[in-house]
Amino acid sequence: MREQSMVPEPEFESYYGRQILKTPTWKTPDVPLYLFLGGMAGGSALLAEGAALSYRPDLERVARLAAAGGAAAGTVALVHDLGRPERFLNMLRVLKPTSPLSVGSFILAPFSALSGAAALSNLTGRLPRLGRLAGAGAAVFAGPLATYTAALVGNTAVPAWHEAYRELPFVFAGSGATAAGGLAMVFTPVAQAGPARRMAVGGAALEIAAAEVLLTRVGMVAEPYQQGRPGRLMRTARALTAVAAGATALAGHRSRTVSVLSGAACVTASVLTRFGVFEAGIASARDPKYVVVPQRERLRQRQAAEAH
Amino acid sequence: MTNSLWGRLDDVAGDAGYDDHPPRMGFFTDTSVCIGCKACEVACKEWNQVPDDGYLLTGMSYDNTGALGASTWRHVAFVEKSLDVSTVDLGLPAMGPPEGQGQATESGDNGIRWLMSSDVCKHCTHAACLDVCPTGALFRTEFGTVVVQPDVCNGCGYCVPACPYGVIDQRKEDGRVFKCTLCYDRLKDGETPACAQACPTESIQYGEVSELRQRAANRVHELHEKGVDVARLYGADPDDGVGGDGAFFLLLDEPEVYGLPPDPVVTTRDLGSMWRHVGAAAATLVGIGVASFVGRRR
Repeated sequence: MREQSMVPEPEFESYYGRQILKTPTWKTPDVPLYLFLGGMAGGSALLAEGAALSYRPDLERVARLAAAGGAAAGTVALVHDLGRPERFLNMLRVLKPTSPLSVGSFILAPFSALSGAAALSNLTGRLPRLGRLAGAGAAVFAGPLATYTAALVGNTAVPAWHEAYRELPFVFAGSGATAAGGLAMVFTPVAQAGPARRMAVGGAALEIAAAEVLLTRVGMVAEPYQQGRPGRLMRTARALTAVAAGATALAGHRSRTVSVLSGAACVTASVLTRFGVFEAGIASARDPKYVVVPQRERLRQRQAAEAH
Repeated sequence: MTNSLWGRLDDVAGDAGYDDHPPRMGFFTDTSVCIGCKACEVACKEWNQVPDDGYLLTGMSYDNTGALGASTWRHVAFVEKSLDVSTVDLGLPAMGPPEGQGQATESGDNGIRWLMSSDVCKHCTHAACLDVCPTGALFRTEFGTVVVQPDVCNGCGYCVPACPYGVIDQRKEDGRVFKCTLCYDRLKDGETPACAQACPTESIQYGEVSELRQRAANRVHELHEKGVDVARLYGADPDDGVGGDGAFFLLLDEPEVYGLPPDPVVTTRDLGSMWRHVGAAAATLVGIGVASFVGRRR
């Protein structure tokens, strides 16, 4: 596979080989897990609304619980990641469009409340109209919840994240759909899981395509996505996504066993993708090469343009 | 909102909302006269009561501090280079400073070149740390500098990977982030920041940024006149990727030799495009959701 780059190691100067950027202090598994949970919850909220509108009660219940559970677990992961967890409410102190984490807090907070209310209403059978309304409200925040995290990592100086800011939202949207569809396939009878299967397959196609564009477009910063541990994570995720989507499309509607297995594979693949993207960013921040070489090249091109 | 996120911005405090404010203050660090005494590191620690950052010996040079960090707000870099090894990009020794000039010295026996530079937070015109801070803990002062409010910071750590220079960091045992405040407390009293006050060679110069830029331009011109062609300014250009630094430098080699990024760009330059891509991807996800339910009834 693409473990070794075919181009020779570029020569560059550094301060005793030390890294220039600071390594992100975001903890693992908290943050990569949150990236996954946000996507899964977002996709599930959309599934839940569709299931309610098309009268698929089993699918609706599974998706409502997945949306609420994902948002709640994601919130816990985010708060746990803070250096001062007791100050988590400071996140809602201001709303800053320049900070995707601030914007995200104002997406996650209403999504959690609304999806939680919808799930509670669905479970207890109480206040069904308000529950449906809450579910529809959660669906409004679903798309942004699943994709804002791409801007969260993209809006940094970390080369592998920043240079990929165009493709990462689509990778995350696809990965979120794959996870939501997969999870619903595991817990829903095949007769009602049709939309979940289609969502999983559609998400898989989007994720694989967007990741492929990413690798071809970002230049040498693609290396962290291809080498070492993040490289292995990304390759495993891609293979697993492709196999699971294939099995889903071919036999997901016939066999509950296939449905459960490929659904679980979809969820696993989505988790691996998020850990792969997260760790690729960390690796690129640690190596001064990914800072110096592209910036040198940028300077060289600017100087060449000015000379003309 | 003109150039609030990126590009030239002449009144940075005004852009942050100060109607009436003092001139922008900053540092000009002239590394050509730095002697590597580390008085700046000590003065900063003492005045700001910054805790120790470990007593490790790096074993690579006289630099046992290593890098800027949560508990290192001034860092003196020591670049030791043997002149025998490839120095192609410099063209040495022909372009070396004249005897007795500057700091680059050649010791008789083995030809070592020493460069020293006191690094510090750049107090960028477009500060990524401040822009990405979700709590408003990081703010722009009336002096145009960038300061963390420790009573607001909740340790989310977003500013850490956002900084293109790798300056701000988290104190693990504390949870919050810390960095140079350009001695905000001293500035309010009209005092010089501790590091500049302690610097014995005036390598660290404190003053109004507009005046310092002029001084820096004169100094680099003077060095070029004397044949020190390697002298160059770093962070002084208000049209650069961060809109110019409030703390800028005169260097004697490429920035990366000192551990500085050669062409830093504030991440928020691409913020608009980022949100547009997120919006398109969110719409795509909703599209996948809708498409999953139309058509077949299974």
